[in-house]
Amino acid sequence: MASPLSIRNLSVAYQKKVVLENISFSVPKGKLIGIIGPNGAGKSTLIKAILDLVPSISGDVSIFGGSYEKNRKSVGYVPQRESVDWDFPTDALDVVTMGRYGKLGWIKRPSQKDKEIARQCLEKVGMSEYSNRQISQLSGGQQQRVFLARALAQEAELYFMDEPFVGVDAATEKAIIALLNSLKNQGKTVLVVHHDLNTVKEYFDWVMLLNVSLVDVGPTEDIFTTEALQKTYGGKLTMLDGESSPIIIN
Amino acid sequence: MNFLQLIQDPNTQWILAGTLLLGICSGVIGCFAYLRKQSLMGDALAHAALPGICVAFMLTGTKSIIGFLIGALVAGVVATFAIGYITRESRIKQDAALGIILSVFFGIGIVLLTKIQHSSYGNQSGLDKFLFGHAAAMVSDDVKIMALICAFLIFITWLLFKEFKIVSFDPNFAKGLGFPIKLLDQLIMLLLVVAVVVGIQAVGVVLMAAMLITPAVSARYWTNKLHYMIILASAIGGISGIGGTLLSSLGNNLPTGPLIVLSATVIFVFSLLFAPNKGVIAKMRVRYYMKKTTKHSIENSIMTATKPKEGQS
Amino acid sequence: MSSFWIILIGSLVACSCSIVGCFLVLRKMSMVGDAISHAVLPGIVIAFLLSGSKEPIFMIAGAIIFGLLTVYLISMFSNSGVQADAAIGVVFTALFAIGVVLVSLYTRQVHIDLDHVLYGEIAYAQWDLISVAGIDFIPRSVWLVGAVFLVNILLITTFYKQFKLCAFDPIMAAALGIPVVFFHYLLMTLVSVTTVISFDSVGAILVVGMLIVPAATAYLLTEQLSKMIVISCLIGICCSAGGYYLAFLLDASIAGCMVTIAGLLFTITLFFSPSHGVISKMIRRKQLSRKMASNDATL
Repeated sequence: MASPLSIRNLSVAYQKKVVLENISFSVPKGKLIGIIGPNGAGKSTLIKAILDLVPSISGDVSIFGGSYEKNRKSVGYVPQRESVDWDFPTDALDVVTMGRYGKLGWIKRPSQKDKEIARQCLEKVGMSEYSNRQISQLSGGQQQRVFLARALAQEAELYFMDEPFVGVDAATEKAIIALLNSLKNQGKTVLVVHHDLNTVKEYFDWVMLLNVSLVDVGPTEDIFTTEALQKTYGGKLTMLDGESSPIIIN
Repeated sequence: MNFLQLIQDPNTQWILAGTLLLGICSGVIGCFAYLRKQSLMGDALAHAALPGICVAFMLTGTKSIIGFLIGALVAGVVATFAIGYITRESRIKQDAALGIILSVFFGIGIVLLTKIQHSSYGNQSGLDKFLFGHAAAMVSDDVKIMALICAFLIFITWLLFKEFKIVSFDPNFAKGLGFPIKLLDQLIMLLLVVAVVVGIQAVGVVLMAAMLITPAVSARYWTNKLHYMIILASAIGGISGIGGTLLSSLGNNLPTGPLIVLSATVIFVFSLLFAPNKGVIAKMRVRYYMKKTTKHSIENSIMTATKPKEGQS
Repeated sequence: MSSFWIILIGSLVACSCSIVGCFLVLRKMSMVGDAISHAVLPGIVIAFLLSGSKEPIFMIAGAIIFGLLTVYLISMFSNSGVQADAAIGVVFTALFAIGVVLVSLYTRQVHIDLDHVLYGEIAYAQWDLISVAGIDFIPRSVWLVGAVFLVNILLITTFYKQFKLCAFDPIMAAALGIPVVFFHYLLMTLVSVTTVISFDSVGAILVVGMLIVPAATAYLLTEQLSKMIVISCLIGICCSAGGYYLAFLLDASIAGCMVTIAGLLFTITLFFSPSHGVISKMIRRKQLSRKMASNDATL
């Protein structure tokens, strides 16, 4: 079985600055993987480079053994919330239905079946009653859930999520994590750009430490150590002694 | 002749048909321009059309409307590409790129225009009519061509509605799904150019921007659904077209183009003020109501808190 | 001798426009400049109708009032929820439409052919009793354009720090107690005055070219605001001289040729600017790739 995601020598530069340097790794199927690193580490850029949303100066990306163009139908994407203008005249159900457009191809309109799938996805994220709500009237957490539902509607095998927990209330965060775990249990692979170091051990079974170059990637218990973190954050971390594990402030 | 006679005059009817088509066309594609924050692109494209029209005249030597339209189209496409290129490949932001293309293309257009007018056959060119529009000169053939172009635009928009929607709402996501966003962007731009080309005959280069922007903005106030917004914008555009034309027939010196624009503006101001939910007056009523109920519920809480409980002396 | 005057006036116009234009480009307000240059038309017409005179002072007053009105209306619509770019479009087209209607209604009194408004040179020149077609500038307009140039230089240098901060970081400026709104409207007033005085030589619609293009070109050549202003003025002077000679060669509109030269200079800079040109960036990218590849080889 081909690895869901295999990267070789990926490098990305923005004008004179190298933002990602020679990234190579391979992830196994069915894992919930957190991408961790300081600001400017290139975490979002990594996802965008894999999805060909930003140009790279070198590197190979292999998704389920093939190129991204070939296997894009197996990939789901939850971008950052600011990437979109929420004043657009559309409702929650419509946004989720857009997740089905990839399967529809050109010109074909979404069928009743597509709308039903969209409705079910909204239910999975607990947003059924907001189906017909104009998206500008949704809270930050609700908008995030709509984006998540849209990715679910894609019925993918490999998911990329860019900071899904930013600006989201605790209840939404719990709901999202539960959903990601159920995806994992279905054998899907999920990569999440994450910013809160204190929840990494609880949420993710694999972790990727990134700071322009790849510091390490692997199972959380092995990789998520104090030394590795200090290396990733270049000594900019403050760690307090917590009850079971250190509390990290960055 | 009096008003009734006027609108039964076939010439006037052709003009009315032409301005109606202009309004509908620009309303439809104007919605997408608005949602993609490219409202002023129409302004830039309209100005950029001038050199295209001049070159078409210089190449064909005739006043053929098809020639002008093709010229404007080519210039518009070049302008679109240039704006995109400048914005992408340099630190120049989109507003400056628009300003640059608008003025430079228009400047080149004026150079060509003055050259043509200084030449022997120039004075019959009628090219300067494109600057302010000359709705009154629209004849049946012009209008028939406009109708075809308009039908084409509406058809493409209808056909690719979901593609246009997703590429306008979330282009990165659309790209991830496999849609060629650059191609779709260019196609929307092309339709914008098409609408401009239809419209400048009636309202001219300078005021064309209004027809792309004002009906779309007005429609946004009345609905939260994209397909209704498009229908409404085309209706508002069409009504403005007809309204302006009729108004200009009332006087002797009244120019059609500006009156069409002013009709659309009046509808805009009306929408801004009176639209339910989003209009200024509706919002003021909500604020007033909220103030009253908040005050009322605070008073109630105070009352219940200070009321002596039962059974207590 | 007349070519000297023409080039001088063109240069003064270009420099006046560049000084304020740099701030417009940096504040992402290029299209507001376009809007003001269109929207002053009704101001000029109304000023003429009310004062019954074609003296420049009334014209300037009318232009300032309508320039500020434009900016005020745009802000008002923007704040009540209309998208910024749409607000600009709605306001300036409506005001310009009003201007055209007024000119058409009062054609007979003003001896202006509607067709001439589009060239601007001829129309506004008639307001100013200066014969145009680009052949013969009476030195009086040198006084006017020169005065505007000096006023612009004076105000911008006096309040340089404030304008600079307001352009770069308006929130910080406000926090420091700088009256951001005042400077905003002051800048817009300068744009209105510069616009209306520039109509004589460059025409309404082409004023935008002189406001934006040299400034944008300079933006691609330097990182410092002061240098940007100076470079854009120099570019403006080149456009004026180059435009005049090109117009002579082609027997065409001077204003159009000025803007064409500006476009040419911009295009050359876009590709070949040492710091920001497309070609330079391509070369740098290739060097970076090669460097990274050789780094891999040594690892």
